[in-house]
Amino acid sequence: MWRFIGFRMLQAIPVLLVVITVTFFLIRLAPGGPFDSEKAVIPEVQAALEAQYRLNLTLFQQYASYLGDLSHGNLGPSFKYPGRSVNELIAAGFPVTAELAFYALLVALVIGGIAGVVASLKPNSVQDYIPMSVAMIGICMPSLLLGPILILIFGIYLDWLPVSGWNDSPGDKILPAVTLGSAYAAYIARLSRAGMLEVMSQDYIRTARAKGLPEWQVISRHALRGGMIPVIAFLGPAFAGLLSGSFVVETIFQIPGLGRFYVQAAFNRDYTMILGSTIFLATLIVFFNLLSDIVAAWMNPRLRDKLRAP
Amino acid sequence: MTAPTISDLAQTEQGTSLWQDAWLRLRRNRLALIGLIILILFIFIAAATPWIAPYGYAQQNLELGASPPSAAHWLGTDIFGRDLLTQIMFGGRISLAVGFIATAVALLIGITWGAVAGYMGGRLDAAMMRLVDIIYALPFMIFIILLMVIFGRNMLLLFLAIGAVEWLTMARIMRSQVQSLRQQEFVEAAVSLGLPTVTIIRRHLIPNALGPIIVYTTLTVPSVMLLEAFLSFLGLGVQPPETSWGLLISYGAESMEEYPWLLFFPGLALTLTLFSLNFLGDGLRDALDVRSAKD
Amino acid sequence: MQFSVLKILCLVLTLTPMLACGGGESNVSQGNREGILHFGNGAEPQGLDPHVVTGIPESLIINALFEGLTVKNPYTLESESGVAQRWDISDDGMTITFHLNPQAKWSNGDPMTAEDYVWSWWRALNPAMGNQYGYMLYPLKNAEAFATGKIDDFSDVGVKAIDEHTLQVELNTPTPYFIQLMDHHSTFALHRPTIEKHGKATDRFTRWTREENIVSNGPFRLKSWQLNRRLSVEKSDTYWNRDKVQLNGIVFYPTENISSEERMFRVEQLHYTQTIPLEKIPVYRAMKDSPYANAPYLGTYYYLLNINKPPLDDLRVRQALSMAVDREKLNNTVLHGSNVPAFSITPPDTLGYQPPKVFSQNIEAAQELLAQAGYPNGQGWPGLELTYNTSESHLKIAVALQQMWKNALNIDITLANQEWKVYLDSVDQMNFQMARRGWIGDYVDPNNFLDLFLCDGGNNSTGFCDPVYDELIKRQAPQAISREERYALFNEAETRLMQQMPIIPIYTYTSNHLIHPSVKGLPPNLMDYINFRYIWLDKEQEAIE
Repeated sequence: MWRFIGFRMLQAIPVLLVVITVTFFLIRLAPGGPFDSEKAVIPEVQAALEAQYRLNLTLFQQYASYLGDLSHGNLGPSFKYPGRSVNELIAAGFPVTAELAFYALLVALVIGGIAGVVASLKPNSVQDYIPMSVAMIGICMPSLLLGPILILIFGIYLDWLPVSGWNDSPGDKILPAVTLGSAYAAYIARLSRAGMLEVMSQDYIRTARAKGLPEWQVISRHALRGGMIPVIAFLGPAFAGLLSGSFVVETIFQIPGLGRFYVQAAFNRDYTMILGSTIFLATLIVFFNLLSDIVAAWMNPRLRDKLRAP
Repeated sequence: MTAPTISDLAQTEQGTSLWQDAWLRLRRNRLALIGLIILILFIFIAAATPWIAPYGYAQQNLELGASPPSAAHWLGTDIFGRDLLTQIMFGGRISLAVGFIATAVALLIGITWGAVAGYMGGRLDAAMMRLVDIIYALPFMIFIILLMVIFGRNMLLLFLAIGAVEWLTMARIMRSQVQSLRQQEFVEAAVSLGLPTVTIIRRHLIPNALGPIIVYTTLTVPSVMLLEAFLSFLGLGVQPPETSWGLLISYGAESMEEYPWLLFFPGLALTLTLFSLNFLGDGLRDALDVRSAKD
Repeated sequence: MQFSVLKILCLVLTLTPMLACGGGESNVSQGNREGILHFGNGAEPQGLDPHVVTGIPESLIINALFEGLTVKNPYTLESESGVAQRWDISDDGMTITFHLNPQAKWSNGDPMTAEDYVWSWWRALNPAMGNQYGYMLYPLKNAEAFATGKIDDFSDVGVKAIDEHTLQVELNTPTPYFIQLMDHHSTFALHRPTIEKHGKATDRFTRWTREENIVSNGPFRLKSWQLNRRLSVEKSDTYWNRDKVQLNGIVFYPTENISSEERMFRVEQLHYTQTIPLEKIPVYRAMKDSPYANAPYLGTYYYLLNINKPPLDDLRVRQALSMAVDREKLNNTVLHGSNVPAFSITPPDTLGYQPPKVFSQNIEAAQELLAQAGYPNGQGWPGLELTYNTSESHLKIAVALQQMWKNALNIDITLANQEWKVYLDSVDQMNFQMARRGWIGDYVDPNNFLDLFLCDGGNNSTGFCDPVYDELIKRQAPQAISREERYALFNEAETRLMQQMPIIPIYTYTSNHLIHPSVKGLPPNLMDYINFRYIWLDKEQEAIE
């Protein structure tokens, strides 16, 4: 097991290096620079700006100096926000995004999990179709649409919840979490339904029933544990997806997260910020994919044996 | 677990009878059949739209502006006074094409990639999956901007861009499925029979991993349609006066309080498609599932 | 185990909404009670260094934190005392003497001196600084030469501290609008010891603007700055005119999403919004005591025509396109009557200047011109691409015009939207046929619009070049003795410009805000200029709706 993890950690280094290198050169290919604006900048000013950010060096010198800074953990100054370092922007935005993603995942688990389990108890009946259809709606509704609808209903017409903000007033995390999580609820509903159906036909469930356990205990004690395996394998990539996909929700709800910085950085050609957040997110993605592989391997007895004795 | 026996595997005619069986089972599933009919109807309407649409898709009536459903405009008009029904019909052509073609591209690449990686294992697997990690991690926005700048805008690129992101998860799912199937007796038997690798992957691994793949595919189609709207808004893909369901929905979302029909009807079209696909997908999976068929 | 986690989750999720019910007092009523203005500011400020930043959100915050030599009266836009108590202009208009208010202090209590200005202008003009608005000081003698590195000695630049409270300025030519420029942040004085404490004077990225470091001289001072969340300022107790400051503080919100901003306004989280979604205009306009404030704004929305590329190299095609646009209809339908149709580059009544109207909408004449150019009823039309940057409103306008041209002239226009920086690059490289453009005046003077189209104008982007036009704008107008004569020269130049039609003017901008009825002292004006010192909140005012 540890050898497997160690091996994968080693693999992460070339992955990150390739990501850094490709991103570094890719963003320079995109037309328009960080200092382009609607009003033309005189050449002397342009030159001074470039000198302040070392853009006057050759591309390879810039690359080398970037890697040099990176090895000290320094992601450089932001182009768009002079006076802020990329480290600082990520440190400010990431905890918020991570918290939002965590709540969203909870929402997805609760809604999707309940819908999936309920549906699996009586497959191909009304009890199956209705919860699954409800869960499906989440995926037809992009956050761009669901967010404003929820705000109108709960924020404006009913006046129960705040329409925006983060940590400003009680309850202001509910709508963003539901908005972001609902798309994932449909996935979890489908995965857990399939997983439960698989488990319910297995021998040990029959044994448990034969022992005379009440049905709810059969489900909660025995079936859920096995039926949720596919869901758990899905959680790693889903969490990574939530982290990098929270931009729209953050914008709609005025949440000061990393998603806004990341997407705006691409539009602003904030080179250091794009690179910094890409590296940061890439590390997380690699980590969560590794985690989900480990969990999947652990759950699968045959693979686990193989890992123990490679 | 029950799996096909070795004698099954040796039969060459097995494919046809499997599909015939599946079709028989599918026909008995009423919801799946309804889904199939709706989808065929939508595809038919999309194909015939240029001849049956009530208005021209670019035809404006600025003085009329946004108007609710009426006798002249069954589903109302948008802010330019264009007939919404016409817009939805023309939009369907693009959305259905993007939804199905881009998903097919993603499926093709994802399934092949995942199956090969999962089956071969070892260094090749590691290298292939690390490439997936790398593409996951690259900034998508920059990638889109570059595609647009370097190649200009066209529909082919749209499929490429969407396929390029959607195949990744597909590959991961396929790989984990294949990995667990790889150890099962019937695959090991096929290997010991000396069947070529390509045949084993195509004949035995992919069909047995279809369940999760179908589930994931039905979820991919709507997200592809919505991604198309986002890319079109960024300038890659369809340009006005052409439109798509995704674009209609995102414009409708902006004025949902003032002109709710502009959101409702395109949303309905997308939701109907999705539900049909979903029921059809479930039906297909059940129909193809050898195990449940034997119950 | 999973099941118990699920159970707890269910419990938590069903309980929290109950706790949240009610929501408490709105920002607006609390703000009215405490004298705090809640201000939708459009975006997170890039920074707060007045010699670095370029955008409107930054300039609004800086106007609360800092004060220039002069400020504007928001009702009249006339300049009035800021740090300078008064100023004298010499008879030839070439020398201005500013008399600084001895009461003017920095927020740490240090007195403000004329020397602060000399040092700050050295910084603002220093080529190493890369100040994109350095040109605001170019009317100063030798300022441009210094900023472009042609001279190194700043003592040759026309600014001198005569004594502690007297600043003398020498200009290149008489520049009537120079006094106005003194309230632009690029001309502000900064506190030298603070800046030098945190880095080199010309560094763009030091920490001197952080809440714990910044020293400013305006009616407010920085209280807290939470990234992408809010920025709060509080009334300064060192400001010379503090008795006239009526607000106790302002909270600026980075409201990027205009729909979210509108919803925040609706639930009274904001007193003021930067803008309003187009489709909400009729709703708010219909209200009694409407919070919708719409006023002419010093800016023009137009399409650039690349006169080097066919078919736009033919004047008749350019004229036909421009004359076929029904600006009234566009404004009354898609734009909900929120703007003013434009037929020239300079907005009407720019400090008394009236632009010429050399053409009007005329479909028959447009068809005739197009036929003369070789495309009768659109036959043989080679196609034309309209480039615009990604945005809902640009898209709507482009779609409406596309169809107008199709109906009137039977020609096809393809639309190409580009991401902002790509679009800027295309325009800069003149890599387009027709492109959307907008220009907002930096100061109220026709010169600010007309100098766009000089042969070497950095923002010309059309290929238009007329030596007579350059002569009128660059040589003759600055020498004019009277305002009438100067405006006549501008009029002549603008007539020449519009006869060549290198642009299709579409509309004159308006400012569009939602303003809560309790906000007073925030009048509409041509510059969309806000002087926070004038604002007060009327506690008695009923809520809207």
